[in-house]
Amino acid sequence: MNRLDKLFNNKKENILSIYFTAGFPKIDDTVKIIKELEENGVDLIEIGIPFSDPVADGATIQESSKIALQNGMTLKLLLSQLKNIRQEVEMPIILMGYLNPIMQYRIEKFCADIEKIGIDGLIVPDLPFDLFIKDYKELFAKYNLHNINLITPSTSNDRIKLIDEHSTGFIYVVSSASTTGTKQLDDSVLKNMFNKLQNIKSPTLIGFGISDKQGFNNACNFANGAIIGSAFVKTIGENMSVKEYINSLFV
Amino acid sequence: MSKYKTNEYGFYGNFGGAYIPEMLYPNIENLKQNYKAIINTDSFQNEFKDLLKNYVGRPSPLYFAKNLSKKYNTNIYLKREDLNHTGSHKINNTIGQILLAKQMGKTRIIAETGAGQHGVATATVATLLGIDCVIYMGEKDMQRQAPNVERIKMLGAKVIAAKSGSKTLKDATNEALRDWINNPENTFYVIGSVVGPHPYPEMVAEFQSIISKEIKIQLFEKTGKENPDYVIACVGGGSNAIGTFYNFLEDDNVKLIATEAGGLGIETGKTAASLKVGKPGVIHGSKTYLIQTDDGQIIEPHSISAGLDYPGIGPLHAHLHDIKRVNYISINDDEALKAGFMLTRTEGILPALESAHAVAVLEKQSFKTKDVIVVTISGRGDKDLSNYLQNNKFKK
Repeated sequence: MNRLDKLFNNKKENILSIYFTAGFPKIDDTVKIIKELEENGVDLIEIGIPFSDPVADGATIQESSKIALQNGMTLKLLLSQLKNIRQEVEMPIILMGYLNPIMQYRIEKFCADIEKIGIDGLIVPDLPFDLFIKDYKELFAKYNLHNINLITPSTSNDRIKLIDEHSTGFIYVVSSASTTGTKQLDDSVLKNMFNKLQNIKSPTLIGFGISDKQGFNNACNFANGAIIGSAFVKTIGENMSVKEYINSLFV
Repeated sequence: MSKYKTNEYGFYGNFGGAYIPEMLYPNIENLKQNYKAIINTDSFQNEFKDLLKNYVGRPSPLYFAKNLSKKYNTNIYLKREDLNHTGSHKINNTIGQILLAKQMGKTRIIAETGAGQHGVATATVATLLGIDCVIYMGEKDMQRQAPNVERIKMLGAKVIAAKSGSKTLKDATNEALRDWINNPENTFYVIGSVVGPHPYPEMVAEFQSIISKEIKIQLFEKTGKENPDYVIACVGGGSNAIGTFYNFLEDDNVKLIATEAGGLGIETGKTAASLKVGKPGVIHGSKTYLIQTDDGQIIEPHSISAGLDYPGIGPLHAHLHDIKRVNYISINDDEALKAGFMLTRTEGILPALESAHAVAVLEKQSFKTKDVIVVTISGRGDKDLSNYLQNNKFKK
């Protein structure tokens, strides 16, 4: 069973997902960070594949991507770092990356290789829903990978329904009209979204603009859990410990 | 006709599409649903045509270049987009898009610019039509093109430096896209070339198609034939080239030549010739040829001409290249400089360095005495004066 399905079957609330950029701050940090996140009670990990032109990301993830690339991170290297990860880590892991590096790796080979490693899903922010359905849905399913679709405060009800019907894993609910790590959570926007999401079947995680305990708890009132990205990347960039940061979300 | 039109997903053959994050979906969808209906109304067309005529100064002349024709022993006409208000073809598109933005109820304009020509053309029309305007420009380009930065500010627009990545045109485009993601309700993004997510390439092509529409009429008036043997234009993103080719695409006997910026030479890696050294990939919302590493990271291109200094190319060009409708050749920095000096001394016309890449074809390719050739001079060279002067050795 896909580990994402297992997670959402067993846990319905306060799910914590953490994003970090592969190759940041140091090129060999990938496995170390994953292990620390699992040890400290994180439920799900999103590993960012660095890209030179991350248009959906704000300043923090742009900077971490730039440094990761300067450090020499490539998609090939990342997959080789993750090769034996399933001997050590049981939690679901998904990869998040822009389409171009995946395209150059060759998409089918990419899917086959990450299934072998034990990756559970993918978030490709610049792969729009209609092209996912047309070109990639079957392929991802063939390799037991969930494609995580995004919805935003301006996604229409009809489109939410359509996206929900074609979604597996979970739906990534973007908390505001923004790039990552740019705006703060807005309760009235969240409430509106929550109302729009009442009748969907897929589990939901809220992301964008969540940085601390208050934001995490707040988001968890409206969904099965929340995703923290920029704030965590900032934390490890400033050499703060993973443990300390994760603990600060729960204490 | 379908060969040169987008399919239902916005692709020209294998290229194009709208590879956009979900955050931009409502904006792109809104544009896609509405732009054709709006721009085909009489009120839009009347205002558009009136401004092109009385504000821009269209039609731009199709000038028979007697001295140049004599030099190359053939018949050369220059399409003078350099004589437009603000000095290039860019304003054809900014008038169209900003009129559209106003009709769609938008109150704020954003745009990217490399050399500053599209920034100036956008800021100019925004001022004329009374709408707020923010221009994104790479920090490095702001230093290289300081006079245009001041010009944009004088026009009342705000210039924001793109400090991410390589701090040039592609990063300015990234920043403009991010701005749009953060301000989806009130803002219209005026893209300056036939790039970006569908329907931008198609829409910009339509606004620039006035160039070839006029060429046909003007050539008929002068020669009794509306089709030349060759049509030549330079290509970065490719908007002046698409405009120049648009109404000739179906006329298979018209040979179309586009010049990419070879930079220091395609073998050196310091080049902007996306079709020569690039591979298909996705950037700024569309699938096209891209200059990139094996890992899929975008490589910063090089050209002496800031307007051609872009790692991709419009998706219609990628398609026209693959189906061999247009012959794409690369012209290096030195060849363009020589052609620029040559045209200045032969015809008294100082072309933009971008346009000089198109003029350079005359030296590179031989033509028959009876051939009729149209070369589009996409912009004037005043902005490049210091660059020309630093390269005085190419004068002869």
